[in-house]
Amino acid sequence: MKNRSLVSINDYSKEEIMQILEIAAEFEKEPHQNLLNGRVIASLFFEPSTRTRLSFESAIQKMGGNVVGFSSAATSSVQKGESLKDTILTVCNYSDLIVMRHPVDGSARYASEVATVPIINAGDGANQHPTQCLLDLYSIKKTQGTLENLEVTFVGDLKYGRTVHSLVIALCQFNTKFHLVSPVELKLPSAVKRHIKEANLQYEQYTDFSEVIPKSDIIYMTRIQRERFPDPLEYEKVKNAYILDNSMLDNSRENCRILHPLPRVNEISIDVDSNPKAYYFEQALNGVFVRQALIAAILGLK
Amino acid sequence: MNNKRKELIVSAISNGTVIDHIPANKLFQVIRILDLEKSDKEVYFGTNLESKKYGRKGIIKISEKYFEANETDKIALVAPTATLIEIRDFEVVKKSTVNIPEHVEKIAKCFNPNCVTNKEQVPTKFKVIKVDGEIKLACHYCEKNTSQNNMVFH
Repeated sequence: MKNRSLVSINDYSKEEIMQILEIAAEFEKEPHQNLLNGRVIASLFFEPSTRTRLSFESAIQKMGGNVVGFSSAATSSVQKGESLKDTILTVCNYSDLIVMRHPVDGSARYASEVATVPIINAGDGANQHPTQCLLDLYSIKKTQGTLENLEVTFVGDLKYGRTVHSLVIALCQFNTKFHLVSPVELKLPSAVKRHIKEANLQYEQYTDFSEVIPKSDIIYMTRIQRERFPDPLEYEKVKNAYILDNSMLDNSRENCRILHPLPRVNEISIDVDSNPKAYYFEQALNGVFVRQALIAAILGLK
Repeated sequence: MNNKRKELIVSAISNGTVIDHIPANKLFQVIRILDLEKSDKEVYFGTNLESKKYGRKGIIKISEKYFEANETDKIALVAPTATLIEIRDFEVVKKSTVNIPEHVEKIAKCFNPNCVTNKEQVPTKFKVIKVDGEIKLACHYCEKNTSQNNMVFH
């Protein structure tokens, strides 16, 4: 992984993913390690994403690194009409690694081709968000003790949710059984389903949520966004069909855990928060360890 | 149906290329991608012609024109069944089928308006894939698939 960019979760083999997760576990035990020792990491957020940016910057500072960059395109030279290529080439002069978030699909791959330092994709439009995927995998492994042979249920917007797409594709390497719960309008795209079929894995699609809860090791919740529906009436029909409340977890497995990439709106009732099976806030913390691991591995420090 | 009869339907050319066995519904797309509207040479075309192999087919004859690899790649992507026939002095000198390339660069556009290739000055790059028998272009950058009907060429 040394000096290699991470643009898409498919860039890493199963072994490389497992290696990152092992290093992340070391950081969880000892988060403050002065490995970067004053090295400079650029954090280029061409669109705002407070959660992801703070997670990366926290990871960098816990390792003794310095951050340069910007948190929205409005405060960068993009506003003056500079091309992405020029911005990246310039920033390469000032940093050892670039973390980049950009609203355009494929921008991270392009940046990795022009850059002289490695790029970590922190989200490129609707395309990829591989560090979210790694932290999801870390959370699953940590709560289940393994990534192999699990039954994973995805709920909500499976059509547009890029975290869902990346995680489904990554889990295809671990003999997962998939339960896919969504309104008909927001089913998992066939391009993603193709990965499940090619891996010869089992999947089932549901429009009703409650029946799959007892079969799930992991329930991965997502937000259904109003703007995804051309007809507001259609949204009104489904918006309350995929809400998880505490009583629904009565028949869930002992080892079952609830994940959510956050931010949550109303799809998980707050009465679930105090249930030991709720894991979404710890999941966000795991993101810091995974990002520390990734930065350390790419810079050859671990 | 014999060959003489066919030549009556679409005139013979003395020198140039005949593109035969184009799927009937792809004829106009092939004309478009080869930019034949702007050609100043003789161009003949016909579609919904009877074909023993394919039922209905389209055909194009272009005078004084021989195709380069990047042009035959384009033809292969939208009309993979096409046959190219080179004519010199009314004689067939070469007959070849088109090969579907594994990768195409620069010739096609990504259909995703939010793809970096449509936003910045980035040459396109695709892997050619087959999904349920249909040819699609998988974008190297945005990872979206452009289907045959959405293919637009530079």
